[in-house]
Amino acid sequence: MKPKFGVVVFPGSNCDHDGYYAVKKVLNYDAEFLWHKENDLKNADVVLLPGGFSYGDYLRTGSIARFSPIMDSVIKFAQKGGVVIGICNGFQILLEAGLLPGVMIQNQSLKFVCKDIYLKRVNNNSLFTSHLEKELLKIPIAHGDGNYFADSDTLKKIEDNDQIAFKYCSSDGEESDKFNPNGSVRNIAGVLNKEKNVLGMMPHPERACDPLLSKTDGQGIFISIAESILK
Amino acid sequence: MYKATVIIKRRPNILDPQGKAVEQGAKLMGFNNVSSTRIGKYIEFFVNTDSKSEAENEVKLYSEKLLSNPIMEDFEYELDEVK
Repeated sequence: MKPKFGVVVFPGSNCDHDGYYAVKKVLNYDAEFLWHKENDLKNADVVLLPGGFSYGDYLRTGSIARFSPIMDSVIKFAQKGGVVIGICNGFQILLEAGLLPGVMIQNQSLKFVCKDIYLKRVNNNSLFTSHLEKELLKIPIAHGDGNYFADSDTLKKIEDNDQIAFKYCSSDGEESDKFNPNGSVRNIAGVLNKEKNVLGMMPHPERACDPLLSKTDGQGIFISIAESILK
Repeated sequence: MYKATVIIKRRPNILDPQGKAVEQGAKLMGFNNVSSTRIGKYIEFFVNTDSKSEAENEVKLYSEKLLSNPIMEDFEYELDEVK
């Protein structure tokens, strides 16, 4: 049996094909696109909300996509324990939908940042991170609004409950402002919901899967998800 | 019919990188008395009803659910009857 990934396509998504390619062509899982105007998740085991600029990023990133018909089904699916991963704009949509804590604001530099960065795994027993071979992952980021913010009460809650999946760091794991590409509070790059079945992350693991690109650190995230479903 | 104007403001404890950058411009221009520049949003629309309370409800819901994100923003609105 192969786990099936449902890749949602919003108007303005531009990493939907990257996500589909990574899970289907590189990792050989099942995958199907899910059009945002439909509400059928087509028996997907995992919902992937891809990166891009849904609805032109108007108003606030992810704010309009959050009301697309498919999101009602995604929210219900997540609430029943279904696995959902939001990457970049997908992360922003999950925040707007209230499936993850916190908000996303503009990068501190006000610049769109597109480069490889290093990530440190913080939570090591979630279904998204259990099969990572390394503690430090080299994965690209590409965003203008990746500055994660949560107030101190929320931060305490997510830290106490081990909901921080990834933090930005240096190639040898140093966590500091110098290695924070966007100003995110406490270098946070990825967050889990309380129940740990929903992950949002700004870096793009799907762009670090194909060995042709000489970057494969992103594979472990999809493999972890697949293994959790096959269990 | 009513005309609604909604102003969205980012909460004081939330960083506003855009406001900060704009203020740097102000300093370069010599506006040395300017401080704490914050950028918000001004949104206007019509609400097609004759009932003021219905219009108010709709404006509030629209502002809470879509126009603002209550985690980081506050909103104010005004309603003017259009005859």
